[in-house]
Amino acid sequence: MLEDKDRIFTNLYGFGDWGLKAALARGAWDNTKKLIDKGKDWIISEMKASGLRGRGGAGFPTGLKWSFMPKADPARPSYLVVNADESEPGTCKDREIMRNDPQLLIEGCFVACFAMEAHACYIYIRGEYILEADRLEAAIKQAYAAKLVGKNNIHGWPFDIYVHRGAGAYICGEETALLESLEGKKGMPRLKPPFPANMGLYGSPTTVNNVESIAVAPTILRRGAAWFAGFGAKNNSGTKLFCISGHVNKPCNIEEAMSIPFRELIDKHCGGVRGGSDNLLAVIPGGSSVPLVPAHEIIDAAMDFDTLRDLKSGLGTAAVIVMDKSTDIVRAIARLSYFYKHESCGQCTPCREGTGWLWRVVSRMAEGRAQKREIDMLLEVTTQIEGHTICALGDAAAWPVQGLIRHFRHEIERRIDQYSANPHSEPVKDFGVAAE
Amino acid sequence: MSRLIVDGVEIDVPPEYTLLQACEQAGAEIPRFCFHERLSIAGNCRMCLVEVKGGPPKPSASCAVAVRDLRPGPNGEPPVVLTKSPMVKKAREGVMEFLLINHPLDCPICDQGGECDLQDQAMAYGVDSSRYIENKRAVEDKYIGPLVKTSMNRCIHCTRCVRFTAEVAGTGDMGAIGRGEDMEITTYLETAMSSELQGNVADLCPVGALLPKPYSFKARSWELVKTESIDVMDALGSAIRIDTRGREVMRILPRINEAVNEEWISDKARQIVDGLKSRRLDRPYVREAGKLRPATWQEAFAAIAAKVKAAAPDRIGAIAGDLCALEDMFALQSLAEKLGVISLDCRQDGVKLDPRFGRASYLFNPTIAGIDEADGLMIIGSNPRKEAPVLNARIRKRWLRGGFKIGVIGEKADLTYDYAYLGAGPETLATFADHPPAKMEKPMFLIGQGAFAREDGLGILALAAKAAASLGVVKDGWNGWAVLHTAAARVGGLDLGFTPRQGGLDAKGMAKAGALDVLFNLGADEIEVEPGAFVIYQGTHGDRGAARADVILPGATYTEKSGAYVNTEGRVQVADRANFPPGDAREDWAILRALSEALGQRLPFDSLKALRARLHAVHPHLASVDEIAAGEPFDAGQLVSSTEAYGNAPFVSKVSDFYLTNSIARASAVMAECSVLSESLTRQAAE
Repeated sequence: MLEDKDRIFTNLYGFGDWGLKAALARGAWDNTKKLIDKGKDWIISEMKASGLRGRGGAGFPTGLKWSFMPKADPARPSYLVVNADESEPGTCKDREIMRNDPQLLIEGCFVACFAMEAHACYIYIRGEYILEADRLEAAIKQAYAAKLVGKNNIHGWPFDIYVHRGAGAYICGEETALLESLEGKKGMPRLKPPFPANMGLYGSPTTVNNVESIAVAPTILRRGAAWFAGFGAKNNSGTKLFCISGHVNKPCNIEEAMSIPFRELIDKHCGGVRGGSDNLLAVIPGGSSVPLVPAHEIIDAAMDFDTLRDLKSGLGTAAVIVMDKSTDIVRAIARLSYFYKHESCGQCTPCREGTGWLWRVVSRMAEGRAQKREIDMLLEVTTQIEGHTICALGDAAAWPVQGLIRHFRHEIERRIDQYSANPHSEPVKDFGVAAE
Repeated sequence: MSRLIVDGVEIDVPPEYTLLQACEQAGAEIPRFCFHERLSIAGNCRMCLVEVKGGPPKPSASCAVAVRDLRPGPNGEPPVVLTKSPMVKKAREGVMEFLLINHPLDCPICDQGGECDLQDQAMAYGVDSSRYIENKRAVEDKYIGPLVKTSMNRCIHCTRCVRFTAEVAGTGDMGAIGRGEDMEITTYLETAMSSELQGNVADLCPVGALLPKPYSFKARSWELVKTESIDVMDALGSAIRIDTRGREVMRILPRINEAVNEEWISDKARQIVDGLKSRRLDRPYVREAGKLRPATWQEAFAAIAAKVKAAAPDRIGAIAGDLCALEDMFALQSLAEKLGVISLDCRQDGVKLDPRFGRASYLFNPTIAGIDEADGLMIIGSNPRKEAPVLNARIRKRWLRGGFKIGVIGEKADLTYDYAYLGAGPETLATFADHPPAKMEKPMFLIGQGAFAREDGLGILALAAKAAASLGVVKDGWNGWAVLHTAAARVGGLDLGFTPRQGGLDAKGMAKAGALDVLFNLGADEIEVEPGAFVIYQGTHGDRGAARADVILPGATYTEKSGAYVNTEGRVQVADRANFPPGDAREDWAILRALSEALGQRLPFDSLKALRARLHAVHPHLASVDEIAAGEPFDAGQLVSSTEAYGNAPFVSKVSDFYLTNSIARASAVMAECSVLSESLTRQAAE
């Protein structure tokens, strides 16, 4: 279990004040000048050495990403864009950072911009995060007033930071769709290549990072890469915010070391699974986009990128959705399918047409109103979406259904049998229609 | 060059090629919906997926991947691309299935049937049955204007139409609302599109979602006979294809001609079709006691012969209209010469351009394709968007590429690109008459008829020539003097020398009361002939010219005769006959030949071939079809020394209503509807 002294987010729960004064007392902006003075190459190599992998879901090494940025060119300024469009169902970590520890994020933006020779940073915040956006703006104002950021700040690196509010589309959390939206266009993902590091915001080199990835950077630099790399398994180092929701006794956000076993995570911080660990049915370990993992596989698994990948799932945003045996698992996945159908941007064919198809079939399966052969058809349809789309939303829509069929095919078949044994024109009462 | 292997074929292609282009070069066929050569890459239909060896284990959209982005093999082998592998086959089948699940499959009642990309590609790359048993999506049809009909259930969201209006037309009329499977293509609040090129979206639409509205349910593509022809609605000479069924023209489509229209045509060129059938003159008429009565050809010829024989040659005149073919004008000119007529003119709008200044003085010298090379443009007295929409799209294309300065002297209109507004009239042009050379390699002057079709036209011509010389528009190795004509027949007429002989009257002079005894009007409908002269009108439509006529000889429209046209660049192009003139109407050269007999001045040709042989003998440069004969060197000196005065009236474009510029257009109900609509749109915009 992570000791209190090793926590990066010391005001995660908002027990302390969010303001600048309190943040300074907690250690934010502590001698940032010294970090800057060590130079950008040191910062990037330190970030690489820390083994920090992007906290937005894909787990791409952050230091490596920063190192992709080309040399500063006055004609094409570099930008840092912080992805605060936290919309993945189950995920609520960035919200707490922006609410209660915004200075950590602002300092992280400053350090990251310096490392990438960028003078401007945009924080694209989810439209529904009204309080968070207000607080972030207030925190930025305080930072400007204290000359921590701005054109003539005390650190000697001209730096401006802006908050841009989104309008509530999940797809705008995809990095290129986010850039489109930030430019004032429709939030539709761009084709890659070119990647944002080459052609990003306004055609200039841009790095898009998750809030958590940026917010942990100053602390890593202050305490050293070795300290951060000391947590977790190899290639999965560091501390991580877990958002545990669902059928646990005390759902919570908690900063923990990576690779903590699932059982320990739940028992220590959440008071265990509702009804005891025997009552666990399945877990979605990384936000709605990753396939679920059944109880027996997850219970002693380490919560990190590689272990969960080997379980054919993923750590994603570390939004752990726990489902006990009272869960209607088919209906739960049908609801996720509805979400992806609703949030597909409609740009490319497989996702636009396929997500609706998935939702309709899974919803019928939730009632048992289907044929058994349709299970294989459904699986094939998911593979027709997966990997054929412009962005990863197609994959994200396909994976939960694939996970369902992989682990709970028997449950779907049981429903179909039950329905066909007792057919009547009304839907079966117990199951209802998914996603009303 | 980059080397890669496509389906086992090793090829070298430029690194900026997309995979799709590279595969095509290697002979592999790649299906596509959203990709279009002349539009930006969207990469959204996912039909063009191919397998790239060594890349991620998923197919790549070949339209969006550049060859330079491919990685070579571990030992430096060229990258391998597969277009027929099982993965690709499965991917295509998958995408096709997705496209079809919400497509209504109403091919039997769809006008696109038979020429539908979705149909063809479903046959080639799809599977035979559907596994989708849910309800299909229903989408409401949208109103997007009088020219394009929508059937939005069929839309596959390729966004070609959206990209066309945004990029080529420049009006940005169309867009998508909603997202996911609720995404719908529409115009803003279902207003009509405002572009003069909007008809092209129906061509671009790979399915039957956007269809030409006037052609709805009229014919099937396989019933049509296709004839290659040339458009005469403006002076560009856009390449068109006329589709006929029996004697009837069913529709007009663009053909590809990179040098002129790429693959767009204006709405007037496309939707004029109903104008070809209504208000036609299908028999000769003779005016008796103030009223026109149907007559036989003999009666008509006899009436003409009586008048012509009674008139002195200098009291006879001939005006050629805007839609005449070269052959018609040549026949009339030959007849006039035999009669000793000195008053000839093909410039019914009073334009002061004249062959005596040299051919280059009235041509679009840099050529239309030359706009792509130019680095500066001054538009003088023209509104190219109304006078030649396709040319305007070319200017916009050049402007989008950047490094292209545009200035306008004349009307301040929305041209779909930004320009510096320099002034309204001659005094602004005069400031450039003595000006240091422009800091440009290839500057252009695009000069419209609005600058020359005025009393002081000659003075303006001299002034513009002076400005062109001082700015370096005309210099060694580059002639940027570009006259934009509005009449398809004009350059041909000037080439033939269809202008007043020594002491003859010009068109304006001939139209004056009492100027002539007999006026032969060959399809000139834009000129008001005052009372007095006996007017013979040979034309196609019951329009202004016919109303003033004393004898009407029914002729053939451009679809009904084989004829050559010289476009504003000086390019000679031949249009083939697609159908026959109605009733007693005949091809124009044949009427003139018959008339010459009645007048006792028999023309020395009995066939179109013989006529052309004579024409080419007199004007050899008109024999080389699809080529531009180099004009005689631009005689700027002669113009510059001219001391004609000029006034201060601002330049006004000669095309005030794009949709109603000639007698065919005025006979078209579709064009009338468009005209009313565009007027109300302009009024709304003004409010």
